[in-house]
Amino acid sequence: MRTIGYILQKEFKQIFRNKAMLPIIFIMPIIQLIIIVNAATYELKNTALYIVDLDRTVVSRELVSHFSGSPFFKIKAYSASMAEAEEAMQQGKADAILQLPGGLEKDLVKGESLQIQLVVNAINGTTAGLTNAYTQAAIQQFNRSLIMKNPGGKIAVTAKEILVPYSFWYNPELNYKAFMVPGILVILVTVVSLILSGMNIVREKEIGTIEQINVTPIRKTQFIIGKLLPFLIIALFELAFGLTVGKLVFGIPMVGSLWLVFMSAIIYVFVILGMGLLLSSLSDTQQQAMFISFFFMIIFILMSGLFTAVENMPVWAQELNRINPIAYFIRIMRMILLKGSGFMDILRELVALMIIGITVFTMAVWRYKKTN
Amino acid sequence: MSEAKKVIEVKDLVKRFGNFVANDHLNFDVYEGEIFGFLGANGAGKTTAIRILCGLSSPTSGLVSVAGYDVYKEADKIKKEIGYMSQKFSLYEDLSIRENIRFYGGIYGLSSAVIKESTRTLLEKLQLWEKRDTMIGSLPLGWRQKLAFSVAILHKPRIVFLDEPTGGVDPITRRQFWELIHEAARGGITVFVTTHYMDEAEYCDRATIMTEGRIVALDHPSALKKQYNADSMNDVFLKLARNKETA
Amino acid sequence: MKRLLGFINKEVFHILRDPRTLAILFGIPVIQMLLFGFAITNEIKDAKIAILDLSHDQTSEKLTNKIISTGYFQLDRYLSAASDIDAVFREGNVRMVLVFEPNFGQKFVKEGKASVQLIADASEPNTANLLVNYTQGIIFDFVRLENAAGGVSPGITTEVRMAYNPGLKGVFMFVPGIMAMLLILISALMTSISITREKEMGTMEVLLVSPLRPFQIILGKVLPYVLLSIINAILILLVAKLVFGVPVMGSIALLMLECTLYIMVSLSLGILISTLVKTQQVAMMISLVGLMLPTILLSGFIYPIENMPLPLQGLCQIMPPRWFIAILKEIMLKGNGFAYIWKETLVLVAMTVIFISISVKKFKIRLA
Repeated sequence: MRTIGYILQKEFKQIFRNKAMLPIIFIMPIIQLIIIVNAATYELKNTALYIVDLDRTVVSRELVSHFSGSPFFKIKAYSASMAEAEEAMQQGKADAILQLPGGLEKDLVKGESLQIQLVVNAINGTTAGLTNAYTQAAIQQFNRSLIMKNPGGKIAVTAKEILVPYSFWYNPELNYKAFMVPGILVILVTVVSLILSGMNIVREKEIGTIEQINVTPIRKTQFIIGKLLPFLIIALFELAFGLTVGKLVFGIPMVGSLWLVFMSAIIYVFVILGMGLLLSSLSDTQQQAMFISFFFMIIFILMSGLFTAVENMPVWAQELNRINPIAYFIRIMRMILLKGSGFMDILRELVALMIIGITVFTMAVWRYKKTN
Repeated sequence: MSEAKKVIEVKDLVKRFGNFVANDHLNFDVYEGEIFGFLGANGAGKTTAIRILCGLSSPTSGLVSVAGYDVYKEADKIKKEIGYMSQKFSLYEDLSIRENIRFYGGIYGLSSAVIKESTRTLLEKLQLWEKRDTMIGSLPLGWRQKLAFSVAILHKPRIVFLDEPTGGVDPITRRQFWELIHEAARGGITVFVTTHYMDEAEYCDRATIMTEGRIVALDHPSALKKQYNADSMNDVFLKLARNKETA
Repeated sequence: MKRLLGFINKEVFHILRDPRTLAILFGIPVIQMLLFGFAITNEIKDAKIAILDLSHDQTSEKLTNKIISTGYFQLDRYLSAASDIDAVFREGNVRMVLVFEPNFGQKFVKEGKASVQLIADASEPNTANLLVNYTQGIIFDFVRLENAAGGVSPGITTEVRMAYNPGLKGVFMFVPGIMAMLLILISALMTSISITREKEMGTMEVLLVSPLRPFQIILGKVLPYVLLSIINAILILLVAKLVFGVPVMGSIALLMLECTLYIMVSLSLGILISTLVKTQQVAMMISLVGLMLPTILLSGFIYPIENMPLPLQGLCQIMPPRWFIAILKEIMLKGNGFAYIWKETLVLVAMTVIFISISVKKFKIRLA
């Protein structure tokens, strides 16, 4: 026990004496958090719309007004022809093109239905889908207003409609930041913990100090605990710091129990540190350790549900996520902070994390031998 | 001398790395309180052998016992009884002298009172007390080596292993270093030292010379010089090397 | 020249001799492309929903079937009371609840006006928004068809053409982003570590004392990685084309040239980092931690830049991946030629020049 105390003393001294690393550990993640959360949003605004109005009548202009009045669209220009508008899209000036055929007013007055054409830059499939949806909504509105005014008398007043009121729970303003902060915070804490813990041990291997340690009576477990405990503490501290910033700067909700958050965090960081340890036992140089951790990290991060919902992934990918600790912890954080989920709700995730953690640690400790 | 206890016993030690035999049937004993030199050119297998004795590496075969404990099964017990100064490094460069001593002292189970006292005594003897809070990294090599040695024997081990301890230091510092070694030996600590400086063999009570994984000579330096009709250990070594070539 | 070649030789051997790093260097891009191409998507599919049907009549069931048959949704369960809604959300699997009011069918058919309430779990705001919008669209469509069946003119309908990506495949968005991210991370990381390693080991000094001039040393260090990265770029493009069907509508030659340019930018960034730090550890942390998230998030990889607050948009402009992704999309998906991307290309060239000039200056100062 005393031995661990001495190791901790040494480790902390070394960490805090490393002037170059300190800002990277503490300040950089927070700055990134602030900047990045502001960047992440899927809200669609100001879609550049080009109108090709081949009718130019009162009715066609009224249809257009449903788009100019919408917050999602910004009518950038009126093109004389589809070809002109398409060139604008090719140049990146137009996000969407709406073509209204000639004879629009006439046909509508006669009570006939007609088709207009919408062209959307679909490179970003999601925003394209949304653009389409918003367009449909605007057209819907227009159609309804037609029925109201009943221009030709042919459009029956007995048209049916379904009203679709909607509400967003837990995050009524669709505050994307509330969604992102826990996720990004988790990523930052993870990256720092994983790299620091892994690198640390590999560095001792590279320099040769680990030999000196191996000769002493320090037991394997004591050494490991002594090496990892500082990073556990640092990680938890960063998490707390980040959550405070999240609350003060972004006003993220904290509906659930913070104790639960930190309890889960301890389990989670335990898993990550175990991975760092396993990593260090597999590498001889810092360069190797770096690449291996980079490899796994990118995969885990992109699949974690931070940017893209896990449910949208194919089944095999979701199965893969079963061993992705980041996915579990982000889920836990979001559930507790945004929905106030309780211990029973996250039990499944906690158990999964513990299983991963114990497996990883067992492998790592077994691999790390003082004698070879 | 013949009644002295054996602190290290090595019988038919073999260490293989794949097809390469680094230690080829080594046989020797080391007695308590002696300064035992392990000489040889670079790559002869000295470091491999010393790492086995320290418990850092397992032998491929053979009997090895250190401080009365078997190296295969009781490596943990051995570690409490020995000190070690590695070739590459010993003390943490980003910790001060005092912090290094406190760390290693604590690791070996010394109480804080003892650590404090030993720190003072040690540093005053080396005339480094004023520098106790300096980072190791900013000290010249010679002081670092002397400190590393002192830290290695801080917990008063029965045997201390030194792997090429005087590499890269000036002759005066080397001399001072060996005075420290002699002092430790007088205090009852057995010193097992490897080196490729043949003149340092003169300071040892007994020395072996290794070439290509085998011990080709083992005796007191004076006896070896007589045997090979040489003026210095360096000459002994050269003669042995030449024998190898012509053999 | 011969000296330089000898030096480059050493560097190449250095790399080739470390099989683990090598495997990862080539393995990462391919495996990640495969993984992300298949797994990362914003397309909604089988989103779990729950229905609270207070009516249970023909019409509500007809509408329910229509909604489920789109493939966007998967019916998880029927709820029995409004009080169940919170609990089912808390469990965490159901994303949206549809509530059919009592006498839904009757109201719709007889009175011509009924309502369906959508309650979405907005702890994932993006999904919630999409789900609500999609559902609304489906319901509107239902109404339109019902009206048409009853002889009512449907008014205006829309024919939609999705340009450049008719399948609305998420991959089209992501491939350029993944390429940009992998290339910059690997290049900047590798270079900065390689140079810093020599500094840490002390061998850098030996090199500096040799007849090799500093710029030759750097050139020698960097050239092998240029080759490596180009091979990586080709691998990625192959996977994109063969496995995911991402086209290269424009000129391949232009594409490769732009890739090489981007690799230059990344490598010079790596060099710059190496001049700023002393140890490998710090180099790694900056390259990886400092670059990774901003590259993913501020480059237009996942989130469109136009939607970001203005000051952030400014920040995006100094990220090399942002320009490269734009170039990739233009060439690969739109088939545009150099005339459309000369501005972006110029920016990348300027960045390379700036990074290298600063590095050279710092390098000289360090030596002095």
